[in-house]
Amino acid sequence: MIRAYLESIGRSAQRFVEAAGLMAIMLMRAVVLVFTPPVKFRNIFKQMEFVGVQSLFVVVLTGSFTGMVLALQGYNALKRFGAESLVGPTVALSMARELGPVLTGLMVTGRAGSAMATELGTMRVTEQIDALVTMAVNPVKYLVVPRIIAGVLMFPLLTVVTDFVGVVGGYVIGVQLLGINPGVYVGRTIDFVQVSDIMTGLYKSTVFGLITTMVACFNGFYTTGGAEGVGRAATLSVVTASVMILVSDYIMSSFMI
Amino acid sequence: MPPSALIKIIGLKKSFGPKKVLDGVDLDVEKGKITVIIGRSGEGKSFLLKHIIGLLRPDEGQIFLEGQEITAMREREFNEVRKRFGMLFQGAALFDSMSVGGNVGFPLKEHTDLSDEDIMKVVGEKLRRVGLVGVEKMTTAELSGGMKKRVGLARAIVMDPEIVLFDEPTTGLDPIMSDSIADLVLDTQRELKTTYVLITHDIPFTYKIADKIAMLHEGKIIEQGSVEEMKKNPNPVLRQFLEGRAEGPIRVY
Repeated sequence: MIRAYLESIGRSAQRFVEAAGLMAIMLMRAVVLVFTPPVKFRNIFKQMEFVGVQSLFVVVLTGSFTGMVLALQGYNALKRFGAESLVGPTVALSMARELGPVLTGLMVTGRAGSAMATELGTMRVTEQIDALVTMAVNPVKYLVVPRIIAGVLMFPLLTVVTDFVGVVGGYVIGVQLLGINPGVYVGRTIDFVQVSDIMTGLYKSTVFGLITTMVACFNGFYTTGGAEGVGRAATLSVVTASVMILVSDYIMSSFMI
Repeated sequence: MPPSALIKIIGLKKSFGPKKVLDGVDLDVEKGKITVIIGRSGEGKSFLLKHIIGLLRPDEGQIFLEGQEITAMREREFNEVRKRFGMLFQGAALFDSMSVGGNVGFPLKEHTDLSDEDIMKVVGEKLRRVGLVGVEKMTTAELSGGMKKRVGLARAIVMDPEIVLFDEPTTGLDPIMSDSIADLVLDTQRELKTTYVLITHDIPFTYKIADKIAMLHEGKIIEQGSVEEMKKNPNPVLRQFLEGRAEGPIRVY
């Protein structure tokens, strides 16, 4: 009984280390291949469109409502010690430093990460990836590299959008609904928020972009077990990438504060 | 070894976990001929094919292509060798993100400097050769099973490879379609004297096209020869398989 239990722990630990190793190898190969000609811009642009442009709507919704609720809650809390004028900077700092990159990361992981894992997984189980190999095309270069580049480039851009609509949402609630003086709201925001706050968030989102695309590509690429396996790869990608985003966010924050 | 052996497989072994799939395969593939490897489903025929084109690496044994040991090659070297091959997968493995024309033209786009216009010309010509006209713009989802195989074959031969590998080209097709695929195999092969290696368990299909038949059973090639030789061969395992009987030395699970 105990032995079987220990064995199963051992097996899952072994699987974990194996997967981590495989992913590291894939990442290394991908990094080398990014700088290996020829560069296929068409594939990169296609993925950028998919990760970036097609995520705009969901990111705008997330950002604006987050900014709005932050203003509402911030106002309620700050009013207790008469600091309503600080709602603006509260919203802007929270968005720029944490919520912008993290929420963008999580939303785009749910949208694009799962889709990437599904697409690559389907290509694996229908032998399309094998077909690439037989045609002397490196599947990591053809499939993984454009997706990682797209993630690393588009996540920060989407974060900028999230930050912006969040701040606008906060302004609308703070000024229009809660009656904070607009001059105070904007002035205080400009006083408190520095470019470095925004940059912190963008650095993070670059890392999140790498995490999401890498995890999704890895799980899709090594899918086994037919349609069920494809579903598993998609779920696993979203869960793994989301957890990794939150954990790495804490680690990066503790270094960048 | 006959002088015309293009591919020579020696003692090829491969296991997946405790399961021995290939247990010492020895086989010569002659240049310009059609070699058909037959055997039961799950006997590792596909694995054998995947070793030839380097999708899998053996645990033991070697594969030589014109005397060069390809099984010892690094991935980058092997990629050069792969350009001499074409492969048709069981499910055709067409890229569903591309049109039919995009699929057939894909190797040209990746490996040549041809303009899009020239590529489409070659694509049209290859598609005609497999009996399809005006399908370039169709999506792969619109194709029937037989058409998918044809498009897959057009893609496999678009670079005029020296060797084409076929993974179960008639599985899932009706007998008439199977026969037309057999004609297609013969037509395309005769024209350029390409070397074809097929795996199948379709016996009428095999009899129609094979120059040489090899039977894979329990991880080894147990018998090989021409169609006539194989028809006369008294080996009970081979007889049972060729005649498609449930009773005999091969156990049915």
